[in-house]
Amino acid sequence: MNKYMLYLNAKRCIGCHGCEVHCKANKDLPVGPILCEIAHEPLKSVKGVPKTEFLFRSCYHCEDPYCVPICPTGAMKKREDGIVYIDQELCIGCMACAGACPWNIPQINPATGKAIKCDYCMDRVDQGLKPACVTKCTTRALKFVALQEI
Amino acid sequence: MKKTVWSMCGMCSVRCPIKVEVEDGDVKWIEGNPHILKGSLCAKGSAGIVLQKDSERPQQPLIRSGGRGAGKWEPVSWYTALDHVADKIEKIKDKYGAKAIVMSCRGGPWQDLIKAFCHALGSPNFSNHDSACGRNVHHASKSVYGLGRKGFIYDIANAKHLISFGRNLLASLRVAEVNQIMDMLDSGGSFTYVDVRQTLTGIKATRFFQVRPGTDYALALGMINEVIKQEAYDKDFVEKYTVGFDKMAEFVEPYTADWAAKECGVKLKKLKDFVTEIGAERPRVIFHPGWMLSRYRDSFYASRCLHILNVLMGNIETEGGQMFPKTPGDCGVKGLRTFSSNVPKPEDKRADGVGWKYKHFDKGPGLFHLFYDAMMTGEPYPIKGLICYRHDPFNCFPDVASQKEALDNCELLVSIDTHYSEYGWYSDVILPESMYLERETPVATQKGLKPRFIYRDRAVEPRFNTKPSWEILKMLADRLGFGDLFPFQTAEDMWKWQLEPTGYAIDDFQEKGFVSLTDTPIMYDRDSLEGRFKTASGKIELINETLEGMGIPSFKPYQSPKKPPKGCFRLVFGRSPVHAHSHTINNPFLHELMPENTLWINKRVATRLGISDGDWVDVLGDSQMGTIRAHVTEFIHPEAVYTVHGFGRQVPLQSRAYHAGMSDQKLQEGLLLLMDEAGGGLCLCEKFVTVRRSSRNPRRRVEL
Repeated sequence: MNKYMLYLNAKRCIGCHGCEVHCKANKDLPVGPILCEIAHEPLKSVKGVPKTEFLFRSCYHCEDPYCVPICPTGAMKKREDGIVYIDQELCIGCMACAGACPWNIPQINPATGKAIKCDYCMDRVDQGLKPACVTKCTTRALKFVALQEI
Repeated sequence: MKKTVWSMCGMCSVRCPIKVEVEDGDVKWIEGNPHILKGSLCAKGSAGIVLQKDSERPQQPLIRSGGRGAGKWEPVSWYTALDHVADKIEKIKDKYGAKAIVMSCRGGPWQDLIKAFCHALGSPNFSNHDSACGRNVHHASKSVYGLGRKGFIYDIANAKHLISFGRNLLASLRVAEVNQIMDMLDSGGSFTYVDVRQTLTGIKATRFFQVRPGTDYALALGMINEVIKQEAYDKDFVEKYTVGFDKMAEFVEPYTADWAAKECGVKLKKLKDFVTEIGAERPRVIFHPGWMLSRYRDSFYASRCLHILNVLMGNIETEGGQMFPKTPGDCGVKGLRTFSSNVPKPEDKRADGVGWKYKHFDKGPGLFHLFYDAMMTGEPYPIKGLICYRHDPFNCFPDVASQKEALDNCELLVSIDTHYSEYGWYSDVILPESMYLERETPVATQKGLKPRFIYRDRAVEPRFNTKPSWEILKMLADRLGFGDLFPFQTAEDMWKWQLEPTGYAIDDFQEKGFVSLTDTPIMYDRDSLEGRFKTASGKIELINETLEGMGIPSFKPYQSPKKPPKGCFRLVFGRSPVHAHSHTINNPFLHELMPENTLWINKRVATRLGISDGDWVDVLGDSQMGTIRAHVTEFIHPEAVYTVHGFGRQVPLQSRAYHAGMSDQKLQEGLLLLMDEAGGGLCLCEKFVTVRRSSRNPRRRVEL
């Protein structure tokens, strides 16, 4: 059962792309991979005001991920709390995970030649902190939500 | 070893307070100061980490060895570079006097150091970029309140209605202000946005007026007229604190809402409904008076009207309105010792004419662009040296070719900056400043409801042979014989010297990165604001008799902006949230998000020109041209084309930014000396350009 979720309050999001850079800076990534992204539809006039809504996308941390079983080295793992992550020691950069993922989420890190993807900044989460994108979100629009069973 | 360092962001001029985590001399994490910003930071703020690691910045002092702009540099030691600059300065001083040297910066909390240095040198010609930025708003504010544009802060979070005339608040992105706006919207506040195109800010608006370019003044006049007609203003406040209401009412009489709606191309009912709405919501209504309003010939008057609309709302010193920023003095604390307090002010007249030829302008930084006039004509006296600190005139000011022509009359051009500025590349000496994570800066005062002292500490040692500005200026001052006016050798000494009158020590800053001077917000009594307005009459001057006495009307008769000739467009420019003007274009992460700018063009017009979205288009000025991709949209006025400012850089050592995108200021030919005579701001949107589909769009591609 997944314990966490990233939720974007689109009303507060201003599309500043801060989250994308907060993530890259925290993970010390080179130019190339971007692990989360803000997108929007083209503007449309709503009651005389051209509007759009921002969408946030990163890894969905699927309940039953395709990327985990296809990984030949067992580098792609799912934790008890639902976080799907890549063990960088084991990854060989074959990118089978990206092929298996319906959204092509895992990306190659050209600096290491290995796959990389959002892991909810699990090192931070384990210290009781929030993911980088949430901690530093410019307008506090991104939330890291702990799901509860009803 | 891990450590936490308090600093202030240096990616743009907002200077958000930040907390920096350092491990073994490596910056690992930057976040907004949790005590002020709760961690929030923008994309630029986080990209500071890669700026520090980037090698495409000046790495040691450089002295030009080829022709100006040729890009041939001799790397030298600090001693050689500073001796060279001091020697050149002495020569200019001997021949033309110290007044022949101009020192310019980018304003902000630390400009006092630059100003003090300039005055100690013996030159009255201290300046900054503001005549290409906020001078019109500043002078408009002074003409109404006797206070500058920073004379009020806005309590947006508690407002019921925010109105912005083209101030792209969410892209210009002051983190604290943006959160105030989102909080206001979350509590059901209204937001009216006025612009020639839809922006990142406008998409959050509850009402949008798309106006014809250059008609802001008309819309503001129409609003004043309608506010008076509907009696939507605060009569008691106007009665008690203002002068000139009747004369103003008489002036605006012909500028009815009906007239304004037609002139601006907006719906009359929408305009009237708006006025009814704010009449019911006041005083919790804030008209943002603009920031960068060096745009049209009447921008001073447009801003003046926005200041006056605030007055009509009676929104001063009240929750959800404009408030006086409180000073250390209001908290019973003595202010910081200023650098200029130690330095006598030179008696020479300024070369830009401010204070004697132009008596209605604020002396402070004067009007930078007018120094070019002095360089070209030698009047009122020759200008032979220019030292720019953190200021890139080639990106701030229009018509770079004319600027270079004027600068060629100078014998010394110095750039003190963390990166290669376009001006720096053309200059004679580059004195590289350590980037903001590698340097400390003087303690600064942040006024507000809860004023504070704040500082920037050094997070990591400089990667290259660079120095903080205070040290560069101190070393230069020592060589020029006035080092004793800056009596400190280390940053700690400097802070101690600054803090001495206040009773605080730098150790008091360790807990939070700042010292708050009060626990509770300070408000003045709104019923006794007498003496707070620094005008001649002591009241808010709807009609400013001092200006009128100098032949400058408080309102000028409206003149409709020229329509661009057939096939031409008015070139307007603006901001993106991921870049801070020109100096972040080469940042690896920010370049990745936005590597070049596009040309926004109206869909209907583009179709007529055969331009589709994504096509390459040539944008032609009189002799300059830029080629970028078109962004075809129905949400820009057909008379205008728009681009993000700061691109089209030509410093070869910035490999990412080099020739990426188009520079608007290079196309603004002939605008260098065209200013709003009443406000002193340049008229940067008074340029028509031609647009055509570029031959770079392949119809066929021949490979072999």
